[in-house]
Amino acid sequence: MLLKNIKSLTITAVSILALAACSGPDAPDNPDAKILHRGNSAEPLTLDPHLASGTWENNIIGDMFIGLFTENAAGEPIPGMAKSWTTSEDGLTWEFELIDTIWSDGVPVTAHDFVFALRRLLSPDTQSQYAALVYPIKNAALVHNEEATPDALGVTALGPKTLRIDLEYPAPYFPGLLTHYTTFPVPAHVVKEFGARWIQPENIQVNGPYKLVQWRTNDFVQVERNPGFYDNENVCLDEIYYYAIADANTAERQVREGRLDVNNDFPGRKMEFLHKELPGYVRVHPFLGTTYFSFNTNVKPFDDRRVREALSMALDRDHITQNVIKSGYISAYSLVPPGIGNYPQGAIVHWAKLSFEERRARAKELLMEAGFGPDNPLQFEYTHRSTGDNPVAAPGVQSDWNAIAPWVNVTIAQIETQILYANLRAGDFSIGDGGWIADYNDASNFLYLMETRAGPQNYANYSNPVYDQLMDAVNREMDMVERADMMKRAEQMMLDDMPIIPMWYLVNKALVNPKVTGWVDNIVHTHRSRYLCFAE
Amino acid sequence: MKLSGIFGDMGTKISMFGYFLRRLLIAIPTLFVIITLAFFMMRAAPGSPFDIERPMPPKIKERIEAAYHLDRPIYVQYGYYLKDLARGDLGPSMKYKDKSVADLIREGLPISATIGGSAMLLSLVLGGFLGSFAAIRQNTGADYAVMGFSTTGISIPPFVTGPVLALVFGVYLHWLPTGGLDRGHMTFTHLLLPVVTLALPQIAIISRLTRASMIEVLRSNFIRTAHAKGLSERTVLFRHAMRAAVLPLVSYAGPATAALLTGTLVVEQIFALPGIGRQFVIGALQRDYTVVMGVVILYAALIIMFNLLADLVYGFLDPKVRYQ
Amino acid sequence: MSAMFGNNAPLEERLKKATTLQGRSLWQDARARLFRNKAAVTSMVLLGIITFLAIFGPWIWMHDYDTVYKDRVALAPTWENWHILGTDTQGRDLFVRLLMGLRVSLAVGMVATSVSLIIGVLWGATAGYIGGRLDEVMMRIVDVLYAMPFIFFVIILMVIFRDATAGKPALNIILIFVAIGAVEWLTMARIVRGQTITLKSREFIEAAEAAGVAPFTIVRRHIVPNVLGPVVVYVTLTIPAVILAESFLSFIGLGVQEPLTSLGKLINDGAKDMEQLPWTLLVPGITMMATLFCFNFIGDGLRDAIDPKDR
Repeated sequence: MLLKNIKSLTITAVSILALAACSGPDAPDNPDAKILHRGNSAEPLTLDPHLASGTWENNIIGDMFIGLFTENAAGEPIPGMAKSWTTSEDGLTWEFELIDTIWSDGVPVTAHDFVFALRRLLSPDTQSQYAALVYPIKNAALVHNEEATPDALGVTALGPKTLRIDLEYPAPYFPGLLTHYTTFPVPAHVVKEFGARWIQPENIQVNGPYKLVQWRTNDFVQVERNPGFYDNENVCLDEIYYYAIADANTAERQVREGRLDVNNDFPGRKMEFLHKELPGYVRVHPFLGTTYFSFNTNVKPFDDRRVREALSMALDRDHITQNVIKSGYISAYSLVPPGIGNYPQGAIVHWAKLSFEERRARAKELLMEAGFGPDNPLQFEYTHRSTGDNPVAAPGVQSDWNAIAPWVNVTIAQIETQILYANLRAGDFSIGDGGWIADYNDASNFLYLMETRAGPQNYANYSNPVYDQLMDAVNREMDMVERADMMKRAEQMMLDDMPIIPMWYLVNKALVNPKVTGWVDNIVHTHRSRYLCFAE
Repeated sequence: MKLSGIFGDMGTKISMFGYFLRRLLIAIPTLFVIITLAFFMMRAAPGSPFDIERPMPPKIKERIEAAYHLDRPIYVQYGYYLKDLARGDLGPSMKYKDKSVADLIREGLPISATIGGSAMLLSLVLGGFLGSFAAIRQNTGADYAVMGFSTTGISIPPFVTGPVLALVFGVYLHWLPTGGLDRGHMTFTHLLLPVVTLALPQIAIISRLTRASMIEVLRSNFIRTAHAKGLSERTVLFRHAMRAAVLPLVSYAGPATAALLTGTLVVEQIFALPGIGRQFVIGALQRDYTVVMGVVILYAALIIMFNLLADLVYGFLDPKVRYQ
Repeated sequence: MSAMFGNNAPLEERLKKATTLQGRSLWQDARARLFRNKAAVTSMVLLGIITFLAIFGPWIWMHDYDTVYKDRVALAPTWENWHILGTDTQGRDLFVRLLMGLRVSLAVGMVATSVSLIIGVLWGATAGYIGGRLDEVMMRIVDVLYAMPFIFFVIILMVIFRDATAGKPALNIILIFVAIGAVEWLTMARIVRGQTITLKSREFIEAAEAAGVAPFTIVRRHIVPNVLGPVVVYVTLTIPAVILAESFLSFIGLGVQEPLTSLGKLINDGAKDMEQLPWTLLVPGITMMATLFCFNFIGDGLRDAIDPKDR
């Protein structure tokens, strides 16, 4: 009976196995094909350029689609679909001449594809969560909010290969913005035919170096060479697998095993260990990202500048970045990260040069000036994100604040990242941690966060009319030196008011097998697969 | 209940059929209660699937929420959900814009089922063997060794065994993959470590279970009688003792399914396997309502099924059981 | 969390056996048998020490569980400054954090078990004693709950209330108690109901009833001792299951929150650094194993003591 029992169980298990084995098409591998296995931090929620919102989605989408501009190996904007362009004197009108190229099904890529794509992006029916990025385009905001018809959008096809874009204000960073996936063209004929399912492997057509073959949720996305790509002869790799591995420790093991050639992250605390264990793999480079805490300046006591300054001064950023997180983050004393485009550094909190002991003592004085002391203890809650290095930093932050004086009492609360951002936008917090990663390489992309009109994204609810005026002028200024200086003045003004606590500038971390060539560390952490190859 | 009353006097076979039918009928309201509970609990969680890092223009958010009926009162949403469900439609994923819940389950289930099924099989065979072995050699060194192993197995959480096994066999020895599948295909080597990680605590539990019931059976009168009748040791063991000793294993099927479902969540994360358990955790954290509901329904159905199967098998094996 | 981790079947088997006992000197006999069991006695002593350390250790030890020593991050065990088990990656003394983790894990285990005990005993006893239609309805409810994929409901419960309790560590732990306890009572209810029904029809109770013994006396002298046996065994086996369940919640990031800690959280943190800082995994790992070993041996010992047929 037991045997019978086991037999029936075996049959069940075998049938389950058989069922499982049936799943997934068999793709015969060309033994000579050059295949790259890339670890890609999370599962793409979509591959539609108009719906995407994550850097991990960008990694795949940018390998399949090329906008008017694209990135070189160093992540800098270079012309993509644009062959040449002219800009009007006031900087408001851009006219692009497109290169002669085709979608992967042979249909030519035309200016109409761009017009179609941008109108689709801004149509409320598309439900794009990221469309606000193209608001510099004339009437984009109106169209997006259905206050103007789609044909009012400042994007016009002057001919099959001529595209004109009108802007609301001169945006000197416009080429950089055009490397962003929201501005990519989509094959109008395919989207019209298949609707939302156009992005599925069986329907999709691309104008970039790689085409989608397989997409297995939470496992991998597979793309293969698109022979119709205009620069195909310079593309080395035949196939790319992007694996959705959220756990950095799991990814690290797979790199060490040799299963992954590249992973775009590693557990920061293991940097030294990995340098020894995987010589030549570890890549660390500054990134266009800052982690900063916001004060809710609407509530007491954070409406008091002295309190804000005291709490900002009392955090030992060097300890947290160098001893605890250890992945090469740089202590931040300003919002805009170093190395960003069109910006000289210089704005900095005025106490940055003080020693930590001096700062802590000064913080205590400031809090006492603000009326706190043994009889009036300062109590508040610090909320932080549940992801990344933020939980790791929290105990150190709490301990630094509590160490100011016995009458400072801080509790920490870890909240799921997506919920915390919702709370920050709704003003439902005291001091909250958050971060910003640039959408395009220009300092204004950071500084607009503190404008009054940034609304919910201005978590601190900072509102300074002078700052707003300066930033308004920045948008209209054509002289890059003058513009940079205005931004610097604005940032300094904001830092003096201290609505935020800059904590650290992010770095991008990657493990790259040394046999992979063409990987250039860069500040935007964009590494298009078309530039990668294997050393012989 | 009524049905069994009708069939009750028509012999055991019929009454068993009636019992089966009744259990099936009860499964429907059971599932309904679970669906209802899960639906309202999930909606009670703070946040919505469309809270993301960057804000959306309010109009766009309204538009999106309307598309998923999220702008309607919750009981109306519940009605919509039940209506779709009645047609067998689990709905679209609220996070994976290009996939439906059915797509996600179709992709993930075979993997979770294979891992879970193989782990179950492994733990039944190995646990059963170890347990019987220990029982026959009761209070010897072998017995203590098995029981020591078993207590250890229960005491180490799989999120420790998993990474340790992956490091030792994957990174240091290079014998087995540290995780993932073979480009979407399940192979023996890719599944070995996850299955072992998942099976270890089950082997431990099953071996204890088998040992205990085996010891009891070996002492019982009918085995003594069998011995007295001069049957060979082998016949006694395999014909009589095994049959009786396997009963608790069968009744363990339901809880074991639940335990394996839990285990797959951990194992899938550690070994980067695209199963349904990982999908659920991500879904719950991201408030992907439909995905969470889909997985809950699926697993509830599985548990009900295995509980029922276990009862039926139990009945075949143990003539003392009457279905009523 | 037997429903989650699936070790309730052996339990039910054991309990079935435990129900057959009777007699007046039951508890004296059982105690004598228990104290002859070396493994159980050793475990009880060890567990006593562990519990004592968990309760009083964090107050007595020279370091506080949330004090950060910036210059002493990730130290290996050393006599210097009495970091006898080293420090963690934040620069906190690992020994005191271990004691704190033990305190939290034991508390979660005991309170969640008590919650399940209270609900389970009340539910099961009511259903079994009153019987009839009420019994039918109550046990049907238990059946429905049994079919739930409980781990999912615990996750959803944690998700619902976690943000609400963020920053309130005490509330957060209570939530974990309740979530796990709310899952755990089903097995208890079934066991107690079964017990009650068997007892109701037993000769010695019928005899007592016929002799005119007051119902309260019957309950006290006959029912309670008989239900108590299996209940005690159940408790010793459930606590470790609950501790494991908490560690599972910590693994998916829904466990106790910093700066508090639990064994599961310590192990999970240690597992990430096991190659560079092996002691951060070994210390809590061995402690957890030892604790669970103790509970299991005590549970086995109790079962054997109550049901001597097995030895």
